[in-house]
Amino acid sequence: MSESRSEQLAATITAMGLEGVTDISVSAGQAMVKVEAPHLLAVAAELRDRPETSFEQLIDVCGIDYLQYGQDEWATDSTASSGFSRGVSGQSVGRLSFGDEVENEIEQGSRFAVNYQLLSVQHNVRLMMKVYAPDNEFPVVASLTSIWSSADWPEREAFDLMGIHFEGHPDLRRLLTDYGFVGHPFRKDFPLVGNVEMRYDPLKKRVIYEPVTIEPRVLVPRVIRQDNRYVSHDAATVDADGETDA
Amino acid sequence: MPEIRNYTLNFGPQHPAAHGVLRLVLEMDGEVVDRADPHIGLLHRGTEKLAESKPYNQSIGYMDRLDYVSMMCNEHGYVLAIEKLLGVEVPERAQYIRVMFDEITRLLNHLMWIGAHALDVGAMSMFLYAFREREDLMDCYEAVSGARLHATYYRPGGVARDLPGTMPQYEESRWTSKAQASKQNEARSGSMLDFLDDFTTRFPTCVDEYETLLTDNRIWKQRTVGIGVVSPERAKQLGFTGAMLRGSGVEWDLRKKQPYEVYDRMKFSIPVGTNGDCYDRYLVRMEEMRQSNEIIRQCISWLRSNEGPVLTEDHKVAPPRRAEMKGDMESLIHHFKLFTEGFCLPEGEAYAAIEHPKGEFGAYLISDGANKPYRLKIRAPGFYHLAALNEMVSGHMLSDVVAIIGTQDIVFGEVDR
Repeated sequence: MSESRSEQLAATITAMGLEGVTDISVSAGQAMVKVEAPHLLAVAAELRDRPETSFEQLIDVCGIDYLQYGQDEWATDSTASSGFSRGVSGQSVGRLSFGDEVENEIEQGSRFAVNYQLLSVQHNVRLMMKVYAPDNEFPVVASLTSIWSSADWPEREAFDLMGIHFEGHPDLRRLLTDYGFVGHPFRKDFPLVGNVEMRYDPLKKRVIYEPVTIEPRVLVPRVIRQDNRYVSHDAATVDADGETDA
Repeated sequence: MPEIRNYTLNFGPQHPAAHGVLRLVLEMDGEVVDRADPHIGLLHRGTEKLAESKPYNQSIGYMDRLDYVSMMCNEHGYVLAIEKLLGVEVPERAQYIRVMFDEITRLLNHLMWIGAHALDVGAMSMFLYAFREREDLMDCYEAVSGARLHATYYRPGGVARDLPGTMPQYEESRWTSKAQASKQNEARSGSMLDFLDDFTTRFPTCVDEYETLLTDNRIWKQRTVGIGVVSPERAKQLGFTGAMLRGSGVEWDLRKKQPYEVYDRMKFSIPVGTNGDCYDRYLVRMEEMRQSNEIIRQCISWLRSNEGPVLTEDHKVAPPRRAEMKGDMESLIHHFKLFTEGFCLPEGEAYAAIEHPKGEFGAYLISDGANKPYRLKIRAPGFYHLAALNEMVSGHMLSDVVAIIGTQDIVFGEVDR
């Protein structure tokens, strides 16, 4: 979708003056609004019903856990007398194993958020709508099932994988994980290798669960490079040329 | 009057018509379905979580394994989201190659769908015919990527390599005589484009064959007309996309409405149904195959007359050519950094959607500036279609459940992710 359409949509939503919409922005050609959790239902209903937006379709619901946002495992921006840091340290999900203690306090802001992708077939525009769950311990967001029927399963999925509760959902059960599963696997403090593994025990003649035996393994450390080399492509090319000439 | 009992019926997860690992708990009133409760997740592999612990390029292969009958389209959605954040330019030739392979993939998917759907409903022979044509298309996959199914061919900034000048050949064996092999190799003597050109000439006749078997077939119509009717309003409410939405009469196709790559230069039309039943969705997909065939032909003629790079020259994103890497220090560094660390995306989030054979396939990517995604969410069309199964089958007979699963074109790789 073109930049101008998104700009136009952002202007339209600004003009609507909905209560609870805190931030309207356009980035990478996409319009995005942030909504305060208590106003979510009202804002969603307005976005669907007002003729100037008429978002008939809820395309996707995505639960997000901001616990480790912006954390890297390998410092690349500063050097010591011995050069860049050699040791890789971090608590990314790939390195966790069964029973590891994980820091699960977020420094500031909300830990959980839900992002909705809206689509208006009539106006041919898309909108991202994001809402932060106020409570980090027990994240609750209003369910949008009464506004878009398609919210049913993706909200169950977000509940299952992220542990975000959707108030007013008619049937908030686990969806993707096993029957009797413990934990919310897509949270950033849940190990990538999992907690339990399952096998058939020939003696007990049934399937049993045991602590996981897979060794956590990360081949590539997580690095963050803030040198903005992709923001301006021309500058990057000049740099490369300059080095070649020298 | 015999006594009518209420049953709770367990359908699947090991059932040939469940299209993989669907467990359906059906509450029946005699032979009529009262409520259907799909239990999914038996194929849940945590693709999105796995992607969080790997550099961007290493997850392309996982995308193939989502919807494992339309592999390259999944890659396309993922790669587009990365490109959106990176802001790289994709060379024109790569864009044409992508469009061509998206359409090849659409044919592959629809052939698989018609084969399985017809088989579920009782037309055995469709399966055999559809797989005959799939074979040729998978040979194109093989020629271009080396793999017949999980190609891992798309890259951020283009495609892995240019189209090959030769096609894989049949060899004489215990099952294939020399004469037979040389007959099969006739169309394979030239380049991949020649082979594909030959295929697209033959293919409309094949679609005609399928249609003679099904379109006016009395049993086929009895099993599909008026089954699983969805009104356009409900289809939109339920998050339907693709052929499921078009079958209900909503003219919506991302290739036309929000064109990506070079779809805005292609001439094709969007078939739309009227009644929103299984039969209309069947007709829509059959016409889509003909339209895809046309798009492939347009791509072939462009690709034949226009040479050029197929991967971006920005070596911060795409590796330099092997010869350069061997001779040039800078290229060697680029190559080393790309394969040991990968590239970092600027901080931000992007949602990119493509018209997948099954509907809208989207990738929502959150980056915190690292070389791995912070969060990746795959929007799989089949997930939303299956969520509406309860509404579509309520009040229908048990045998119609099979027809409706077939018409939804469900693949569990993408539903469970």
